[in-house]
Amino acid sequence: MKDLILTIVKPLVDFPEDIQVNVHEEDQRVTYKLSVSKSDMGKVIGKQGRVAKAIRTVVYAAGSSQQKKIFLEIVE
Amino acid sequence: MKQITATGRTVEEAVESALAQLQTTKDRTEITIIDEGKKGLFGIFGSRPSVVKVTVKMDPIEEAASYLKSVGEQLGAPVNVEVNREGKQIEFVLTGDKIALLIGKRGQTLNSLQYLTQLVVNRYADQYLTVIVDAEEYRKRRNDTLIQLAQRLAQKALKTGQDMALEPMPSYERKIIHSALMGNKRVKTFSDGNEPHRHIVISPVK
Repeated sequence: MKDLILTIVKPLVDFPEDIQVNVHEEDQRVTYKLSVSKSDMGKVIGKQGRVAKAIRTVVYAAGSSQQKKIFLEIVE
Repeated sequence: MKQITATGRTVEEAVESALAQLQTTKDRTEITIIDEGKKGLFGIFGSRPSVVKVTVKMDPIEEAASYLKSVGEQLGAPVNVEVNREGKQIEFVLTGDKIALLIGKRGQTLNSLQYLTQLVVNRYADQYLTVIVDAEEYRKRRNDTLIQLAQRLAQKALKTGQDMALEPMPSYERKIIHSALMGNKRVKTFSDGNEPHRHIVISPVK
């Protein structure tokens, strides 16, 4: 799952080496915290969050086959 | 964008060494000569090596196709990608076993992939390109469904004399409905609300 997020985000940003994905597991949910270089923030969020929404849709599609609920957060 | 500078005794040698390092061919790169170099006296005194800068040109379409492939693989639904280009519009047709996963509910996932692919393409492209991602003729089937829906709701609007609001849709899906009802003089269509909640309203002409 982490690899999927990296595969999606890497080609979108200017500084692929600054991408970080942290995983927080709880009972029923897994939260992936994505952080990118500050200047790339806009690229992964997009106008009115369009890019963020698209990334989430694809990630959640992958999560539908798993038991736990998946969340993707974009953090600084 | 990959880019290196290389040196050699002649310009050709410098270019060749750069291409070897980048593992690519001449037609996929942009070459700028920084220094032509000098042969010097007897090839010994005052000779200067030639220096060239070689930049790999990314083919936006190839990048996008491999992007779709790797995302599909990570999703657990490996796909083959077929590319059709028509002017500024590029269509990627996905085929594979678990294609349903990539389409998603009402094409949600497919639309998201399309949007992300469009971003990838236009990062590398010189001119703005429109991307369409399709799988199992989903777009065509959706097209037919939307036209049917439009006709049915136009009837309903006429029967009840009230405006019919549709659910939010992306712009190209709204366009299909607008053009489907363009010929119908008894109703008019317009879009209301702001993206991403913009939706069509069909209203009877009084």
